[in-house]
Amino acid sequence: MKHTRIVITGIGLTAPNGNNLAEFRQNLLNGVSGIGMTEVRYMGQWPAGLCKFDPLKHQKKKDVRIGTRAGSISIYCAREAVADSGIALEARDKSRIGVYLGITEHGNVETENEVYNISQFKYDTKFWTHHHNPRTVANSPAGEVSLNLGTTGPAYTIGAACAAGNMGLIHAAQMLRLDEVDLAIAGGVSESPQTFGIFAGFKSQNALASHADPTKASRPFDKARNGIVISEGGCIYTLERLDDALARGAKIYGEIAGYCVNSDATDYVLPNPERQAQCVEKALINARMTVDDIDIVNTHATSTPQGDIQECHAIAAAFSKRKEPAAINNTKSFIGHCMGAAGALELAGNLPSFDDLVVHPTINVDELDPQCDIPGLVINQPRSVKRVDAILNNSFGMLGINSTLIIKRYRT
Amino acid sequence: MTKEECRKLVIDIISDIAPDEDVTTVKPDVRLRDQLQLDSMDFLDIVMELRKRHGIEVPEADYMQLASLDSCAEYLTPKFQAKA
Repeated sequence: MKHTRIVITGIGLTAPNGNNLAEFRQNLLNGVSGIGMTEVRYMGQWPAGLCKFDPLKHQKKKDVRIGTRAGSISIYCAREAVADSGIALEARDKSRIGVYLGITEHGNVETENEVYNISQFKYDTKFWTHHHNPRTVANSPAGEVSLNLGTTGPAYTIGAACAAGNMGLIHAAQMLRLDEVDLAIAGGVSESPQTFGIFAGFKSQNALASHADPTKASRPFDKARNGIVISEGGCIYTLERLDDALARGAKIYGEIAGYCVNSDATDYVLPNPERQAQCVEKALINARMTVDDIDIVNTHATSTPQGDIQECHAIAAAFSKRKEPAAINNTKSFIGHCMGAAGALELAGNLPSFDDLVVHPTINVDELDPQCDIPGLVINQPRSVKRVDAILNNSFGMLGINSTLIIKRYRT
Repeated sequence: MTKEECRKLVIDIISDIAPDEDVTTVKPDVRLRDQLQLDSMDFLDIVMELRKRHGIEVPEADYMQLASLDSCAEYLTPKFQAKA
């Protein structure tokens, strides 16, 4: 089956270390972490990645008050992506624009806030806000984007734990190929640091990172890594069919080459390297590529002792037939784990490599864990390479969901 | 609690509920919805804030009493006085 070609034509993002692609990329090349200490309700100070974008750039104060943090992140990223794409929304058929946002979870922040609120009133539920339901329905972040942009096509979220960022793009490509929409505004978002529950959950799982220096807390592949740094963020793209993009003379960041989504079916939390390797292999088949075609592998590694090793095993297995190692990096060492935004943000951080032929490193590796010592790791310093024609982006999530997305350099 | 003080408390709440609005020019005898961007959800928020901040209950049947600043003062001032 011949696929319609789908391209990325706009990027809007907010990460703990940057509020646009240029700033984000510069910090990834300069080794600048975005992690700081933050006060977590009931738990004290913990390393976390918070974004510093201005919600009022694209929202009224009242919309910020009524909406959600995830909605504000989504609106900021969507507006920035559309602006970057050069698309004049007002001239478009709004019913042919789809909004597809990957999320890890949604509603925890608002529910925790309300429970805390009524705790100040002896748990009398008459103090529970009527905003709770619209704030916590699972489509809320995408719905806020449609309200803000005035788009009337499909707008919904895709729940896929921490594989969700890739899922937004994959779903967008599918909907464009099905001719359901003409423009997809898609990616992933997360507001996770605003909820204590995710910190407490990872703490109870012995998977929450701690370090006296918060910028050193997220350290995938390092021997002393001790868990996840929870972060918020968003990255939303505009995606179009190639013919449409060319017709309007769009700037093209890259082309969707292939993808795969699969499931471990083995555990609620523990990853399965065999299924992860299979996800990578199937994505390559989908892209009609071999391992030799991939130049950069952006890992999902979250800085947990076991998870990093298992992903390294999966990559080593999937790339075992490769003649020369691909460049392998990790973005969470800079920004922590942006959950539903992770895949989309981490891809964005690597797309400029098509132009500058530089691979950003993973930082904070003081002593490489021998079990993570796989060929091609780009550690602590950026690496110039001769070719970047394809980037493979991994994102994996709880309940055993895996997503691999391959983006290739656009060629006529 | 005077009616003027009551009006000020209501304006304080409205400025939080409708933070984009200029509340300094609100005419007390004109319907709030005719001069500010307020919808029915915002009035639910006003009712909630009266409950939270001041322990004042406004039954649904009385929501129309909150139409203007003057009617708010007329309706709410006795409630504030009863709590004092």
